Amino acid sequence: MSKIDLSVNIGKLKLRNPIMLASGTVGYGNEISEFTDLNKIGGIVTKSLSLKPRKGNPPQRIVETPAGMLNAIGLANVGVEEFLKEKIPFLKKYDVPLICNIAASTLEEYVECTRILTQEETIKAFEINVSCPNVKEGGLQFGNDVSAVGKITEKVKSVTDKPVIIKLSPNVSYISEFAKAVKKEGGDAVSAINTLVGTSFNIFTKRPKLFNISGGLSGPAIKPVALAKVLEIKRNVDIPIIGIGGISNWQDVIEFMIVGASAVQLGTINFIDPSAAGKILTQLEEYCTKYGVTKLSELTGSYKI
Amino acid sequence: MFITKAPVEKSIELDHNIYLLKIHSPEIANNVRPGQFLNIRVSESMYPLLRRPFSVCDVEGEFIYLMFNIYGEGTRLLSRKHKGDMIDILGPLGNGFNIEDNYDTAVIVAGGLGAAPFAFLTRSISENKNIHSFIGGRTYQDVITYGMKNVSAATDDGSKGFKGTVVDLFRKEFDNIKGNKIKIFGCGPNAMLSALKDFSLSKNINCEVSTECAMACGFGICQGCPIESTEHPEKYYLVCKDGPVFNVKDVVI
Repeated sequence: MSKIDLSVNIGKLKLRNPIMLASGTVGYGNEISEFTDLNKIGGIVTKSLSLKPRKGNPPQRIVETPAGMLNAIGLANVGVEEFLKEKIPFLKKYDVPLICNIAASTLEEYVECTRILTQEETIKAFEINVSCPNVKEGGLQFGNDVSAVGKITEKVKSVTDKPVIIKLSPNVSYISEFAKAVKKEGGDAVSAINTLVGTSFNIFTKRPKLFNISGGLSGPAIKPVALAKVLEIKRNVDIPIIGIGGISNWQDVIEFMIVGASAVQLGTINFIDPSAAGKILTQLEEYCTKYGVTKLSELTGSYKI
Repeated sequence: MFITKAPVEKSIELDHNIYLLKIHSPEIANNVRPGQFLNIRVSESMYPLLRRPFSVCDVEGEFIYLMFNIYGEGTRLLSRKHKGDMIDILGPLGNGFNIEDNYDTAVIVAGGLGAAPFAFLTRSISENKNIHSFIGGRTYQDVITYGMKNVSAATDDGSKGFKGTVVDLFRKEFDNIKGNKIKIFGCGPNAMLSALKDFSLSKNINCEVSTECAMACGFGICQGCPIESTEHPEKYYLVCKDGPVFNVKDVVI
């Protein structure tokens, strides 16, 4: 049997296969490693890191919705310093590209986090969260402003030689305008999409279920939106795309690649089946064998319209 | 911690909308401790999407029991499982109660479905210790005593036992409990746990409570289930991983 090539490139970042684990759905890797062999997946993206530790929002942080869930965690994280000291040693043990997701309240904080983290050789790339919907003072405002996204890309690129991926918000009219700004300022790739803003109310108390009132919608419910956003970027901007949004099985991976994704990230499915990544990889290989695909990356952008 | 598929042995409808599911799972039965929980995927479809957390109600040999009432779509589906249906289980999760402590008298205080973990706890506590169980509910229909010993009941409407809260009943009976060293095990609504915390602190009695919070994963990756820590106000504990059982002194309830 001929060898199937599952490897993909996201700019200069080379992955052994397109299956990555999404930020905020795998912590810093240790819990999920009991169910998924990190040495087999394409890449792992850390929980968003900020310069200082963040406590996050009070409960309730999670609400289930039809075929999805809302979360308003509020970027709870250990901060850059503890991450380097306490979390990196575990991740170092694995042969898997580590991508650090960075969240910040100011442009300077994005730059400072990147400047510190880029010195750690285990970190192979950065994913910049310009679009967290659950933090009041930052995040979404940046993600809604094309020039701010361009500026963040430019400044972060100026302090690191490692690939910089900008994670885009779907809560905008034309996501491709943001991808254009990323490309113009030298960004290496975009990941799309972050969660959609949503809310849910208790009809008896008339109060919001989430402490934060609104949260980010994820899961299979958002997959069609994510596919449309990836396609919009693919048709308008020449930049590698990492597809995210409700991916739960191998068919979803193929669909995202066809509309333009070079790689994908599994998110909410990790909460339901933390062994999903391994299963999907096996099934992708079976798909390739059955349909005579020798190089999986050739699927990227192979849509026919 | 396993992901396993295990067959239903029997589905039992106890009184008043309370169900018991008996599942054959040697893996879980041999590894679970009282107070730990399982995260159950009730359907292979995308609705309901998330797993549901259930504390292990009891263990008999290779069988485990879950107790629940029909609350929403997930528990409705679970109530319709029959012998031979496979249940997708992630567990055992969380820390469980510490039953090996230095005490000679265990006092169980439970409200409503908070009774769920205590059949297993009662079975697991060494026979030379005394057990008193104070069980509360809104009405007699909500007083669940499955698998428990030496039960005193309290109801809000007085339809069974003491009229009032279960903590009020415990407070009233406290001086009658013989024992040199008491340990309290509590589970129930937050208002009950809060009253129990106040009482146990006022009497300086060791008290562990099982807490509850909406969660997705059940093992620490979603960060969805924070609970305020008394010792470390700068960060939250996670109910799923640091709990669900806490010493009542360690958490803000």
